Amino acid sequence: MTHDSRDNITGDRAAEDSQNESENNWRRYFSFSTDHKVIGVQYMVMTFIFFLVGGLLAMLMRAELITPASDVVDRPLYNGLFTLHGTIMIFLWIIPFNAGISNYLVPLMLGARDMAFPLLNAISFWILPPSGILLLSSFLLPNGTAQSGWWSYPPISLQIPPGQPINGEFIWIVSVILIGISSIMGAVNFVTTIFWMRAPGMTFFRMPVFVWSVLSAQLLQLVNLPSLTGALILLLFDLSFGTQFFKPLENGDPIIYQHLFWFYSHPAVYIMALPAFGIFAEVLPAFSHNPLFGYRSLAIASLGIAVVSIFVWVHHMFTSATPNWMRILFMVTSMLVAVPTGVKAFGWTATIWKSKLHLETPMLFAMGGAAMFLLGGVTGVMLAAVPFDIHVHNTYFIVGHFHYIVFNTITMAIFAAIYFWFPKITGRMYAEGWGKVHFWLTFIGANLTFFPMLPLGLQGMVRRVSSYDPRYQGWNVIASVGGFLLGVSILPFIANMVGSWLSGPRATNNPWRATGLEWTTTSPPPRDNFEEIPIVKRPPYDYGDPKYSVIEPPDYHQLEH
Amino acid sequence: MNRGVIHVDESPIPLEQCRRYLPNWLKRFLPIRGGRAEDHHGKGMFGFTVFLLSESIVFLSFIFTYIALRLTHSRTWLPPGVSGPELSTFVIINTVVLLSSSFVIQPAENFLKRGRLVKFRWLWLMTICMGTYFLIGQGIEWSHLDFRLSTGLVGSTFYVLTGFHGLHVLTGVILQIIMLIRSLIPGNYNKGHFGASATTLFWHFVDIVWVFLFSLLYLWQA
Repeated sequence: MTHDSRDNITGDRAAEDSQNESENNWRRYFSFSTDHKVIGVQYMVMTFIFFLVGGLLAMLMRAELITPASDVVDRPLYNGLFTLHGTIMIFLWIIPFNAGISNYLVPLMLGARDMAFPLLNAISFWILPPSGILLLSSFLLPNGTAQSGWWSYPPISLQIPPGQPINGEFIWIVSVILIGISSIMGAVNFVTTIFWMRAPGMTFFRMPVFVWSVLSAQLLQLVNLPSLTGALILLLFDLSFGTQFFKPLENGDPIIYQHLFWFYSHPAVYIMALPAFGIFAEVLPAFSHNPLFGYRSLAIASLGIAVVSIFVWVHHMFTSATPNWMRILFMVTSMLVAVPTGVKAFGWTATIWKSKLHLETPMLFAMGGAAMFLLGGVTGVMLAAVPFDIHVHNTYFIVGHFHYIVFNTITMAIFAAIYFWFPKITGRMYAEGWGKVHFWLTFIGANLTFFPMLPLGLQGMVRRVSSYDPRYQGWNVIASVGGFLLGVSILPFIANMVGSWLSGPRATNNPWRATGLEWTTTSPPPRDNFEEIPIVKRPPYDYGDPKYSVIEPPDYHQLEH
Repeated sequence: MNRGVIHVDESPIPLEQCRRYLPNWLKRFLPIRGGRAEDHHGKGMFGFTVFLLSESIVFLSFIFTYIALRLTHSRTWLPPGVSGPELSTFVIINTVVLLSSSFVIQPAENFLKRGRLVKFRWLWLMTICMGTYFLIGQGIEWSHLDFRLSTGLVGSTFYVLTGFHGLHVLTGVILQIIMLIRSLIPGNYNKGHFGASATTLFWHFVDIVWVFLFSLLYLWQA
């Protein structure tokens, strides 16, 4: 960059700063802003509202499941509840929340002023609220929402009441396609940002592991998500325009839909989990003040998980008339995922091993999430084994397993991230005591809710039913109590976030004494993130040596010039 | 416990050593050392290429469905009395026109890069005409076929595959028209020609997809 253009930028910024002062209020969060930080917060707040809606649906289901009889809601509504619960939690909570936190952090961590395509970024966010509202509006239709679960397998998903061109299933397909388009736009933006927007000297192996994991997750979106879009377009044609792709009675083949669906939806688990792993890799070193153990292995393991996870999707279809050679093949690849994942877990453990831990709320959530990932991961490896999978297929064991991943690991990581970067995002500190209350309520509630599902599944309780055999009632009552506890646990969180944002004590630039470029700028960062684009000379995670942070001290630059 | 061991990272990085052996066009795509945030054309083309690779997966999922259905339903593929899409001269001419338009749009883009706007406009207009010819030709072909969208698997797959591709051709033509109008506004390409380059790339993509669809739908006869 020449000196001319640099002068220009600083000149512009002086004018912009005064504008920022007036804009620097809550109103900008409701505007069509192209600032990645505003968009990031917009994503996070909006997805959190959908998280509350999805949680409410889950609590309705848990209320129904307290007694063996079907007494709280009727069957079609129950079907709608689990369908929309799954859809909202996956497509409107975890995936877009990850997009939000990545939106906020990736440019800051790379030393960039914004994402590569700011306008595209804003568009991909503003697609989401209308699609989410569209999805929820299907509750108002005469025949209710889609009822075939978040897989929407044909032929069940094609069984709709005649004479209703606009039905729940139609709306479900349209809104999921729209959300997919938004995700693809976001993925293009993230990958381009990570490749092109890095500050001078920020080589690939100086990027924080969080950025590596976002890169891996977004590459997966690009490779795999179009397969879901394709499948849903074909399903929409079957549903509304009389084609026969997936209709078994008219020559079609529903198994093809399952292949296309799981080709996306298994990697979707890693699209959700990889950023969570990245969050652990940021939070654990910061609160143990140790360099991240095995930085390069962890970075490459992110890509390794992404690559292997493309080739595992058939393990969801072991009971779908899958030939034996295919079962064996995909059993092996599925178990292979455990290797790079194990590298990650080993790295986290070794990072905090024998160090003095600072047990603030983000660290509690990160350690809790990483610890419960053990149970989620081990049940996952169990499920990869064909004979075991056939035994527990479509039971609560599956439900327990993936909730240990999506709630007990990923949502815990999300809470860790919110607490960890809250001072950076808002410029204020949250209330530590309430944070700890939130953690313990969540930790106890999550295990009470999801652990009983594992024994229930082993005993043979089928998922997606509103009535069940009375002998399962004991565990179900425990799970329901846990579910309501989770509902309660969110209250101190909301109070803490709102109250601290409004009137918490001011945060310093780097309250956790963490490394990473995002902590070198002010809290909250200015419109352009950095006064001057930093020149990166060091790897990340230089804990333990007070002389170095990620960037050189400012006088170093002057010497160089 | 203070381990006190900080690994100093001043040595060249393996990825950078590999970079030396990469071809030049790929090197431009991998700005290893960072500091390329101001290269708007570079990151634009990178992002657009990434998008097209992703878009190709949608086509791949359709093609996978088509092949899987066709292989497992070879006997019932054509309902009684339906002959399926025919490899007529009309279709071949249509295909030749579309594919050769790639060789018209590329020189057009090169002329734009060298700032020769008049030649760019003529060749660009020619591409628009060729794309429109293909779209009209496909419309005529559709209206003369003896099967409909709901006529068995052959109808379902044929119309969805060609229709989805046709939608891309239409998008390409619209983009080309926008770029042509932009070229008439003085000084509009002074800041770079990302739009035209991206449209050219998109047009090549549409053509390549058609090669696959043409082989699968017309050349693969029952």
